[in-house]
Amino acid sequence: MKLRHAVAVAIFCGLASGAGAAEIAPGDVKIVEGALDTPLTEKAGDPETGRAIFANRKQGNCLACHMVTDLLDTEQFHGEVGPALDGVADVYSVGELRARIVNPKSELPDTIMPSFYRAGGTNRSAEKFAGKTILSAQQVEDVVAYLQTLKE
Amino acid sequence: MKRVISILAGAAMLTGASYAVAELADGYKAVEPTSEDSPLTEVISGYEFRIKSTQETQDDDFENPGMLLLDQAADQWSVAEGSAEKSCADCHGDDPLEAMQGVGSTYPKFTEKGDHRAFRNIENQINHCRTERMGAKAWKYDKPDLLGMTVLVRHADRGEPVNVVVDGDAEALFERGKEMYYTRYGQLDMSCAHCHEDNYGNYIRADHLSQGQTNGFPTYRMKWQGVGSTHRRFKGCMKNIRAEPFKVGEDDFLALELYTSWRGNGLPIETPAVRN
Ligand code: HEC
Ligand code: HEC
Ligand code: HEC
Repeated sequence: MKLRHAVAVAIFCGLASGAGAAEIAPGDVKIVEGALDTPLTEKAGDPETGRAIFANRKQGNCLACHMVTDLLDTEQFHGEVGPALDGVADVYSVGELRARIVNPKSELPDTIMPSFYRAGGTNRSAEKFAGKTILSAQQVEDVVAYLQTLKE
Repeated sequence: MKRVISILAGAAMLTGASYAVAELADGYKAVEPTSEDSPLTEVISGYEFRIKSTQETQDDDFENPGMLLLDQAADQWSVAEGSAEKSCADCHGDDPLEAMQGVGSTYPKFTEKGDHRAFRNIENQINHCRTERMGAKAWKYDKPDLLGMTVLVRHADRGEPVNVVVDGDAEALFERGKEMYYTRYGQLDMSCAHCHEDNYGNYIRADHLSQGQTNGFPTYRMKWQGVGSTHRRFKGCMKNIRAEPFKVGEDDFLALELYTSWRGNGLPIETPAVRN
């Protein structure tokens, strides 16, 4: 009885996570030649949500380091630590943009830019954040979708 | 940023004198690093990166809210406390600003002799006098009593160049602090150097990044609505990168304080500085 119950729970959990989308776990990500062509989730990224994540100080906060003209109307402070991202979609493939967000350190080991979807590899993370990625797989896809709208 | 660096380096070279302050085209004042080993080509106080109204609040002793703590500490100086029933004045003399001249600019450092010898910042030295010499209770870190007395000791050297020594017994701590400075911490995985060496002069969102110098500490900070210690600021920077900070007043932050202070050797002490 007990055993069957456990099996049932296991199947149910498997279904639950499978139903949303098969996600690539941070540890299974493989960046090849600076690109990550396979999306992290099955559900396509939503550019509008991505735009909000990009600006949100508690989520992507990409705006802390990057200026983007598209957000000048609504957001007062745009950082200048990294390059402006106007037109990035003309320069990089979607796979390159995804890789850049997931783990920029794979190409640029010394970069200040955080790795938003990387398993571990950090030092003295506060308890609340330890072992967690900065963005979820779906959030990464949303931001990638937003970056793809940045064309000139 | 690159442009600014070359202008500054040029101006600093022209002045020649090691503590000479160069007024620059873009408004930053810089001093030359005092050591050839410094990673910086220009040493700039956090003051230079603040807006004019903040600078003016610092410059006017009547407006500067940090001065209130200084006044309180000056009164406390002659209050006898502890089992020895002694005041600071009983041993150090009646005028605290005179007694403490040449002290604040040299900390953190090794102090005292024999069993009492240890590496201390000003806070820990004051508490050493309280517990060992006055038989009084140590003051709590980052509370008004200790902050105020620390402000007083530093203020006695206001305008004097930061001058910490990093060789001899301090070398191991210096190396440890240096390593910490370049170590990535926290979920955001950044080092002090990423922001304060590679990016000073740049805006990170709404914040104008400085070199993260300590010459104004303890500092009045508008965000804190009060005065805070160097270690409190370190803690805040670590929390911002989602890291577990080290403990205030203890060895790790003392090592980092030594190393960070050394990067600012030559900068005039501003205590109590005003920051946003
Ligand atoms: C702490 C600063 C920082 C943050 C936060 C940050 N970046 Fe970056 N980013 C950089 C820097 C710096 C570069 C330039 C490459 C380098 O030197 O590391 C860069 C490069 C990029 C590039 C390549 C641009 C080009 O023209 O080559 C993209 C795309 C990018 N970032 C996207 C993002 C997105 C999306 C986010 C948020 C999810 C983000 N960044 C957050 C600092 C940052
Ligand atoms: C993400 C960027 C970032 C990182 C990383 C960072 N800081 Fe800061 N720090 C800031 C900002 C922003 C301020 C406030 C504006 C300024 O003075 O730069 C600041 C201020 C300071 C100040 C006060 C400067 C003054 O003049 O009042 C000190 C000291 C300091 N930081 C030290 C450190 C140390 C030590 C580390 C490494 C443990 C560190 N910071 C890491 C962003 C950072
Ligand atoms: C019983 C005497 C006595 C009392 C009381 C006392 N001190 Fe001291 N203090 C000393 C002695 C002795 C030294 C070490 C001698 C030296 O190196 O100058 C010292 C050293 C110091 C130093 C370091 C000086 C330096 O050159 O590095 C500071 C700062 C200091 N005391 C602050 C205080 C403060 C603040 C108080 C009151 C809260 C206080 N002391 C109370 C005797 C005393």
